[in-house]
Amino acid sequence: MARMKFLCDAERCIECNGCVTACKNENEVPWGVNRRRVVTINDGVVGAEKSISVACMHCSDAPCMAVCPVDCFYRTDDGVVLHDKDLCIGCGYCFYACPFGAPQFPQAGAFGLRGKMDKCTFCAGGPEADKSQAEFQKYGRNRLAEGKLPACAEMCSTKALLGGDGDVIADIYRERVLRRGRGSEVWGWGTAYGPGKPGAQPPQQPARKS
Amino acid sequence: MRALLLAVIASFGLAACGEPDQVVVYKQGKYQGKPDARPWDNDPAVAELRGGKWNKGDRASWEEQIKNRQLAQHEHKRIYQ
Repeated sequence: MARMKFLCDAERCIECNGCVTACKNENEVPWGVNRRRVVTINDGVVGAEKSISVACMHCSDAPCMAVCPVDCFYRTDDGVVLHDKDLCIGCGYCFYACPFGAPQFPQAGAFGLRGKMDKCTFCAGGPEADKSQAEFQKYGRNRLAEGKLPACAEMCSTKALLGGDGDVIADIYRERVLRRGRGSEVWGWGTAYGPGKPGAQPPQQPARKS
Repeated sequence: MRALLLAVIASFGLAACGEPDQVVVYKQGKYQGKPDARPWDNDPAVAELRGGKWNKGDRASWEEQIKNRQLAQHEHKRIYQ
């Protein structure tokens, strides 16, 4: 059974913001709302700069779902966390609960009036008829119903951002880490090397001959 | 009388030192919105698939189609070595 997840390889992300642009374009996301964004740490420090693309992580035990007072969140059979905008009251609880800052609120009027919550849908639309105009206007494109993966992951030029079934993309990531000998520290030993001993460390890089 | 007054004051004063259970019992909510269709229940339009195919209503074939798309993200599988 597929369990849809995103995984961003910080060794590969070049902060091009292609994923952000792809998401904006594919879903026609309104001004002021960013379903996906690239976060960079140690910006400008040579050798220490790392970027990572962040959106809704479609948590298995989603805090947004737990705190929603109107219970507008649901999880699809393939593990995508979605919500019903007709039910959302725009209270913002989910925004405070989410550790990734995924829920976004468009400005709906004067004096900072908040609209209904908007977030990454893993390009899976929402609770409207699949591929309908209503679904597109409220939630964006439903690429999963077209047999495709999220636009951000498929558009990533360096293939830093992987999207799909957690097991499959973890396998892809694991092969990369084994090939280059580093990168497991970002997502953990289990993801990078498969089940291992707790607290185990990645293999040391061989010393370069001068 | 004075002892009684002190006892009353002490009982009120020490009431704040109690440790009543403050843990709220969490109650799992249930989705209240509209039902959503499943992706594999859609008719796979050939034009949208770029070579992929699944049978309408068959989850396994849809997952196979998605898996092929996922593996296309793996350049070690795509590029001849």
